[in-house]
Amino acid sequence: MDNPYLWPLTLLVFLPALGSLVLLLLPRDSHELIKRVSLFVTVIVFVATVVMALPGITGGPHFSLAEDAVSQMQSVFQVSWIPAFNIEYFMGMDGISFPLLVLTAFIAMLSMGASWPITKHVKAYCVLFLLLETGMLGVFLALDFFLFYVFWEVMLLPMYFLIGVWGGPRREYAAIKFFLYTLLGSVLMLIAILMLYFNSDLRTLSDEQLITAHVVPDQESIAAWRAENPSAGQAADAPRHTFNILALQQLGQHTDQFSKSVFTEGGKSIQWWAFVLLFIGFVIKVPSVPVHTWLPDAHVEAPTPISMILAGVLLKMGGYGIIRICYPICPEAAYDLAWVVCFVGVLSMVYGAFAALAQRDFKRMVAYSSVSHMGYVVLGLGVWSAVEPTFNGDYWKMGMNGAMFQMIAHGISSAGMFFLVGVIYDRVHHRDLDKFGGLFAKMPVYSGMAILIFFAGLGLPGLCGFIGEVLVVLSVWNFSIILAVISAFVVILTAAYILWAIQRVYLGAEYKGPHPEALTPITPREWSIAVPLCIFAIVLGVYPQALFNYMSPSVDHTVDVLIEWQQRQDRATVAGEKQEAKKQEAKKQAASEPIPLRVQNQDTDALTGMPAGLQINEKWSAVGISLQGAMHRGRKPRRWDPLWETYLRGIDSNKPVVVNRGT
Amino acid sequence: MNYEQLVQSVIGDTENSLEKFLPELVLCGTILLMLLSRLFKVTRQLLPCWFLAGLGVGVAFVLAEPWEFLGGGAALEKTEIFTGMLVHDAFTVYFRAIILFTTFLFIVLARISRLADQENGPDFYTLVLGAALGMCLMAEANHLLVVFLAVEMASVPSYTLAGILKGNRKSSEASMKYAVYGAGAAGVMLYGTSLIAGITGSAHIPTIAWRLAEGIGTDYQLVLVLAGLMMLVGLAFKLSAVPFHFWCPDVFEGASAEVAGFLSVASKAAALALLVRLAIGFSAPPATEPVPFESAEPRSAVVAMKQLPAQLPTPMRPAAYDATVISEKAASEKAVLNRVVGMQTFLAWVIGILAAITCTFGNLAAYGQTNIKRLLAYSTIAHAGYMMMPIAAGLAIMARDPVAAAEAFAALLLYVLIYIFMNMGAFAIIAFVRNATGSEQIADYAGLVRSSPGWAVCFSAILFSLIGLPPLAGFMGKLVIFASLVDAGMYWLLFVGGVNTVISLFYYLKVVRVMTFDPEPEGRPPLRLRLASVPGLFVLVLTAPVLLLIIQWNGFYQWAEAACRTVVGN
Repeated sequence: MDNPYLWPLTLLVFLPALGSLVLLLLPRDSHELIKRVSLFVTVIVFVATVVMALPGITGGPHFSLAEDAVSQMQSVFQVSWIPAFNIEYFMGMDGISFPLLVLTAFIAMLSMGASWPITKHVKAYCVLFLLLETGMLGVFLALDFFLFYVFWEVMLLPMYFLIGVWGGPRREYAAIKFFLYTLLGSVLMLIAILMLYFNSDLRTLSDEQLITAHVVPDQESIAAWRAENPSAGQAADAPRHTFNILALQQLGQHTDQFSKSVFTEGGKSIQWWAFVLLFIGFVIKVPSVPVHTWLPDAHVEAPTPISMILAGVLLKMGGYGIIRICYPICPEAAYDLAWVVCFVGVLSMVYGAFAALAQRDFKRMVAYSSVSHMGYVVLGLGVWSAVEPTFNGDYWKMGMNGAMFQMIAHGISSAGMFFLVGVIYDRVHHRDLDKFGGLFAKMPVYSGMAILIFFAGLGLPGLCGFIGEVLVVLSVWNFSIILAVISAFVVILTAAYILWAIQRVYLGAEYKGPHPEALTPITPREWSIAVPLCIFAIVLGVYPQALFNYMSPSVDHTVDVLIEWQQRQDRATVAGEKQEAKKQEAKKQAASEPIPLRVQNQDTDALTGMPAGLQINEKWSAVGISLQGAMHRGRKPRRWDPLWETYLRGIDSNKPVVVNRGT
Repeated sequence: MNYEQLVQSVIGDTENSLEKFLPELVLCGTILLMLLSRLFKVTRQLLPCWFLAGLGVGVAFVLAEPWEFLGGGAALEKTEIFTGMLVHDAFTVYFRAIILFTTFLFIVLARISRLADQENGPDFYTLVLGAALGMCLMAEANHLLVVFLAVEMASVPSYTLAGILKGNRKSSEASMKYAVYGAGAAGVMLYGTSLIAGITGSAHIPTIAWRLAEGIGTDYQLVLVLAGLMMLVGLAFKLSAVPFHFWCPDVFEGASAEVAGFLSVASKAAALALLVRLAIGFSAPPATEPVPFESAEPRSAVVAMKQLPAQLPTPMRPAAYDATVISEKAASEKAVLNRVVGMQTFLAWVIGILAAITCTFGNLAAYGQTNIKRLLAYSTIAHAGYMMMPIAAGLAIMARDPVAAAEAFAALLLYVLIYIFMNMGAFAIIAFVRNATGSEQIADYAGLVRSSPGWAVCFSAILFSLIGLPPLAGFMGKLVIFASLVDAGMYWLLFVGGVNTVISLFYYLKVVRVMTFDPEPEGRPPLRLRLASVPGLFVLVLTAPVLLLIIQWNGFYQWAEAACRTVVGN
């Protein structure tokens, strides 16, 4: 297979790791040099990602905005790595991962710039920092589950040490708590990965699906691949397992390999378990209530640049995992559990906001605001509001786009907030919200930028936080009015804690805390870190299309294929239900008066002829769209009966069943 | 078969067998050479024992030719040697190579850390080679007598090795405890052996399996179960599986770190190999009834016997008789299959439960330790649990899917290979730190990262690898083991393994935390260990595979798989 992107992308991911090797050669005491080299490496990585984003670049890996490519995986390469387990060195990017990749490089560069105040063990710090960046970049590019998992875990160790060595007074506790939570999530994830691996069989995919999943490069090599992997019934009848995330997506959507029961006959399916395990693993990283408790501790104890990375990038991996892995691979379970996902999202939003309101530690307040804001992401991803008869996924697309936008926006605003908190902490060495005040007078430029960033976090229209939140809340309306009302209400809470914090810290007549003499205007270095964040906060707020151009084709595509899955599932279920109804009929005939089920009859009278269970279903479905999700939490989505559908369609001026592809 | 034929065939068989037994013969020869060389002053000076021992083990390793047998395309045929006492197949080759390699590393380590001085050197290295010989025999045993002899041959030198630090009370105590426990376990095991041999009328393992499958033990099921459990006691002692692990922390604490490392890797590898041999040996009968002296027979005789039935005229039989015979045959085959599956399931459960308890207990008990060797002792107990898991998985799936079973055992083999580097590395670092500070308390590792950063990084990498974190080598081991459990559908064991991985984080991390976060203890000068020295290089050589195996471990896995294919496919 020809892999033109192999070396450029590998170099991009491993450049920080190489940089850390170079650092090892430098003398231990030349702090300034070590920091400069590290910053140089992060700048190169960022520039490289920006170059990839520029339209008009054609050679090398790049993100193409061309119509036929923009929603697909781009710059893909794959090399066989561990053939015994079908593991591949497989990377690529699409509109979901690429913005996060750029964000990673951007935040890493800024937080390296924010690392200048670090004076303890600078060499070790920079080495770990660069290793961390390699892990982060790799997670967003990996398309092989094994590779993904390895990168995911590679971040763990540097993070543990960065919090544990360079953190605040309770750093050891915070570091081990972070480690423990994340490791628990990863072990669950590993179990899910293995479950999916051993139940996958690539041979059942069609030619087209194999190509989509990049199992084979093109039509020509299909025959060779098929010959290599003879299908069931032939001599060498061994299933062909896979770690390929794209192939697993195809398997989850187009076959029933993951629908087998795991433990007992008729129990929960493989994909149900896999979804739950993966979801717990990702939600720990997001983090959502009730597994969020590592975050405030880790944030409070971590040094400022690490807090920026943690809030700006690491939290996004949870959301990324959900959209890339949970939903496309386990659509059935995701559909069944949509309410759980949304509930977790809303719970985090509300709980995080109330908790933030109660904090007296500035950094802790920002940490809880992260919990609250990431709740929007989970909620936006979880909204499965494609409903019959048109299977219109517009609202879900809106939710997912909102969630993705919120991830980027939160990456900018929360990194900014942590940085700005760090700036005053460096000066006065405390973070007690009650002992601030009057900073505006002493540090006007700083306070102006801080207020801007905090407003961005609040979700003020015109700044980046607004777009994501409003899209998510709008999309939820269609899923559940109650959840929408609650999530809209959270905006008020958010405004409350942020405005209150601004009032206590920046406004007021005079500074009430210790070290008032240290409150000097911000330095050019700090200025140069805060300004890009402010610019992005404004640009994304005013012109969100700049981001959506890259992102939403892929997001829409993800939603589209899931809705197509839903339609197929629906047809299959309808057929299945017919059979089931017939069976029940046969049973009933022996016991009681037979009820005629006129399946072929298109008359509305057929409604009366249905078994009782289905009729109740009918009634609820007819009541309102928002009850759809609540009603259909069984293993198989039970939907309208075809007759009822026909009836509705008759009324509804024969509207055709199409998937709306616009946003 | 008359007497002359018998003698002829035994001679022929021995000739064939000796050729396959060459590595062990080299070990025997080296032991003799070492004993002789100490007699004369000249040879004492010219050929120091460590050199002879290292050379002998190295030559034996080269003669074992793992790359030839495992890397090549053709699978090694399973052959019984020495009239069925031992078995020679790819599995033998793999474990022989593992044990010899570990022994070689141990000899180098003992030399570098100056464990054995000029005076007791010959004793020490002789014992080491003797133990290695016993371990190799454990991996290739095919007869209950050899099983017992091999276990004892591996154990007795180990008892002495544990007490090699003469004049050290703790060391002597460790040696004593080890010997007493070992003797007890050996006695129980011998009793179990005699019960099995008595019921089945044979001590040849394939014959036992055949007779058990034929239903010979149906009337004595309780006795059989008892006998099996008694044999398991002996193995559990060697494996330090709960509840027969009590010797392990005490012995590891008392014995020198180098010996503890050797015991934790080589001895455990041999015990695991034996466990696999016995578990498969008893529960998977060969395809045809084993004939005594089958391998011993001269080739012409075999051919003549095989041709014999063809010359006989086929008797005419009524069709009804045929049908009865066939249906009876089918029924009996089904009964055999049922017995075999029953036995495999039983063993899978027993080993699985033992693994779960061992793993959990080891990890929980390690938490409170303050001595680094005791901590690692509990860690090896926990790892014995992890390593028994794929055996349970393999047994559970063997009847359904032999290929998957072979993969499960391959997971064990890969883990054992990785375990060499992790544990030898850890104990080597402990030994060198002990040489520098004289202490084995965890608290005395404080501040290591500041005074000798390279060493601290190596030790941390090894400890994280023991947890099983990617991208370190231990992760690959965990991955393949967990994969085998998923494949076999043993989700409960998988859950136990997963929870244990999280628990184990605490105590490994405790050591790392002391090394990196804590300030140096007062009253001790900073510990300066350089990487650019002989001990440093040794540590680096052991750590490098831990760090780099992620890049390409396919080859090793394929070796492991090749080694297991013949074991299951009988």
